[in-house]
Amino acid sequence: MKQQELEKSKEYKYGFTTDIESIRAPKGLNEEVIRFISKIKKEPNWMLDWRLKAFNRLKNVKEPNWQKPKYPKINYQDLYYYSAPKSAKNNPKSLDEVDPKLLETYAKLGIPLKEQEKLSGVAVDAVFDSVSVATTFKDKLNEKGIIFCPISEAIQKYPELVKKYLGSVIPITDHYFATLNSAVFTDGSFVYIPEGVRCPMELSTYFRINASETGQFERTLIIADKGSYVSYLEGCTAPMRDENQLHAANVELVALDDAEIKYSTVQNWYPGDKDGKGGIYNFVTKRGACRGKNSKISWTQVETGSAITWKYPSCILQGDNSVGEFYSIAITNNHQKADTGTKMIHLGKNTKSKIISKGISAGKADNTYRGLVDISKKALNSRNYTQCDSLLMGNKCGAHTVPYIKNKNSSSIVEHEATTSKINEEQLYYCNQRGLNQEEAVGLIVNGFCKEVLQQLPMEFAVEAQKLVGISLEGSVG
Amino acid sequence: MLEIKNLQASINNKPILKGLDLTIKPGELHAIMGPNGSGKSTLAHVLTGKNGYEISGELNFKGENLRKIAVEERAQKGIFLAFQYPLEIPGVNTNIFLKTSLNSIRKSKGEQALDTLAFLKLVREKSSELGIDEEILSRQLNVGFSGGEKKKNEILQMKILDPNLSILDETDSGLDIDALKIIAKGVNTSRNSEKSFLIITHYQRLLEYIKPDFVHVLSDGKIIKTGCGELAEELEKTGYKKLN
Repeated sequence: MKQQELEKSKEYKYGFTTDIESIRAPKGLNEEVIRFISKIKKEPNWMLDWRLKAFNRLKNVKEPNWQKPKYPKINYQDLYYYSAPKSAKNNPKSLDEVDPKLLETYAKLGIPLKEQEKLSGVAVDAVFDSVSVATTFKDKLNEKGIIFCPISEAIQKYPELVKKYLGSVIPITDHYFATLNSAVFTDGSFVYIPEGVRCPMELSTYFRINASETGQFERTLIIADKGSYVSYLEGCTAPMRDENQLHAANVELVALDDAEIKYSTVQNWYPGDKDGKGGIYNFVTKRGACRGKNSKISWTQVETGSAITWKYPSCILQGDNSVGEFYSIAITNNHQKADTGTKMIHLGKNTKSKIISKGISAGKADNTYRGLVDISKKALNSRNYTQCDSLLMGNKCGAHTVPYIKNKNSSSIVEHEATTSKINEEQLYYCNQRGLNQEEAVGLIVNGFCKEVLQQLPMEFAVEAQKLVGISLEGSVG
Repeated sequence: MLEIKNLQASINNKPILKGLDLTIKPGELHAIMGPNGSGKSTLAHVLTGKNGYEISGELNFKGENLRKIAVEERAQKGIFLAFQYPLEIPGVNTNIFLKTSLNSIRKSKGEQALDTLAFLKLVREKSSELGIDEEILSRQLNVGFSGGEKKKNEILQMKILDPNLSILDETDSGLDIDALKIIAKGVNTSRNSEKSFLIITHYQRLLEYIKPDFVHVLSDGKIIKTGCGELAEELEKTGYKKLN
């Protein structure tokens, strides 16, 4: 490795590229490309029609531009919308059918698909560019009636479920990026937990962008039927490239009566280099509907990567007594920018929501919390508690809090607390005096600052996330 | 152990230490007394390497020039400071902080890290030796601790990290008699021919329980008088003014 590359890889250890032959759709965004995607995925006609409807609408909508981080205009005709390893088989029956190069890639990322089956209680769906290349533990989950598979497989095998729920939380008439995703989405995970079933293991999807000039448009749909429970985690990484790559995902969650979905994200897309060159545009729409009474959706996110993170995992609290939670850590260093938060839409009676947001900004980065708490007239006796804490490191970074609060009835209570602090020199001195170096000290203090959120992560991932928090801020102090 | 020659330190161009000389040999316990603003805490900060001071003069620890060494390396080499105002670090469990600290120091010496079990055993041993309720170790570091708990926690850390040179910066201030005895016990049970102590205090009270080999009076950035234990008693009666 050249010295420069060596230094680069120290900063972002997932920045390698897998040299693999791939099949691509022709460049550009047009009806032909959408037909190509639908055809290669052997989709039924209704799916193609749905995509085309979204595409037609897209022609008349504009990209939103109210967000704080601005970005140069994206040329949508200059992107590939589908890229898949040539060797990837549709629905591989076992890991023996998966290209060893792909297995190796995931092993390098710390997701050993083979060992995974033997060792830990986590089922993994591995998505590489535009396709799912392997899903583990499928059979074991099937015994309980749980469906965990790539969404392209679900479209073929479980059309009734997909038809009923796809777009029911994020309709094709939503904002620009959500509609774009509806037109061109390629793969992602599909989860269905049947009535009364508690999913016995963590489900997780690992997203990897590999190809250049390619956008990743994943679509995930999780349905928790009455009285069921599932905990799901997604992780993401990408190679280091000088170009900015677009990742525009849609994630829809539906929780029926008494069901609970816990959705965790550890986002570590390539953030760009020290001077802000390259990195992923992470423009994601995540929305959950607590459709049934007493249902609960809990979002936890650890956002450390991407050049720009722009997302608001939200809860629509339709069912009476339903609960929405949002726990977030957003770390921005160097030239990274984040504009993230949540929307809690209270529609049912006695609905509750809780928002805990921890923003950490270092270098020349900019970090915005933006959130909406909307309590409707009919959502009597509802409650929201919001806590937004920002931590600044150095004096060239920024932190902003933009809360929107609408309380339309008098029986509901909304609380909002916010703090902004700088990392304290005295605290660092205290840690140093106990033998910790600057990076260990920062890692410790920041992990303490984020503790309430880190605690929400499934145990298997909490340790990794803690390390990631420290690594993301390396070199940001002193 | 420690050799200070003509030490001068200023902060924001304001001179605080103005030519301080002090030698501490292995096994010795020195007390530094002095009125407010005489430079006692500055001495503790300069010895541990805190940022923000302009320094001249000689500062040697075990024959090594300290001035070129960062705060954490000085700690790893065996300099410990019991803070006058221990810092609160929200969200960080005291046990985890202490274990991270101990293992960083062990690592720097090429020793193996202690695993959780061995660490907890050590903590239990040291806290029961001092009569400190180990419950404080399961709380967030210094968060919501009373003044006395914070100081006891500092002494427990000192016992566990087992430094060569321990500096206590007004650890006795604001303590009740029971807490004071715990602090004294922490020091007395650690004394041996290899460990050295520098005890900074306002009052003679602590020195009823800890017998110093030398007592120095610091005034306006200089040591103006050095004596044995009796000097402290004398000061208590006459005050600092008479010495000037």
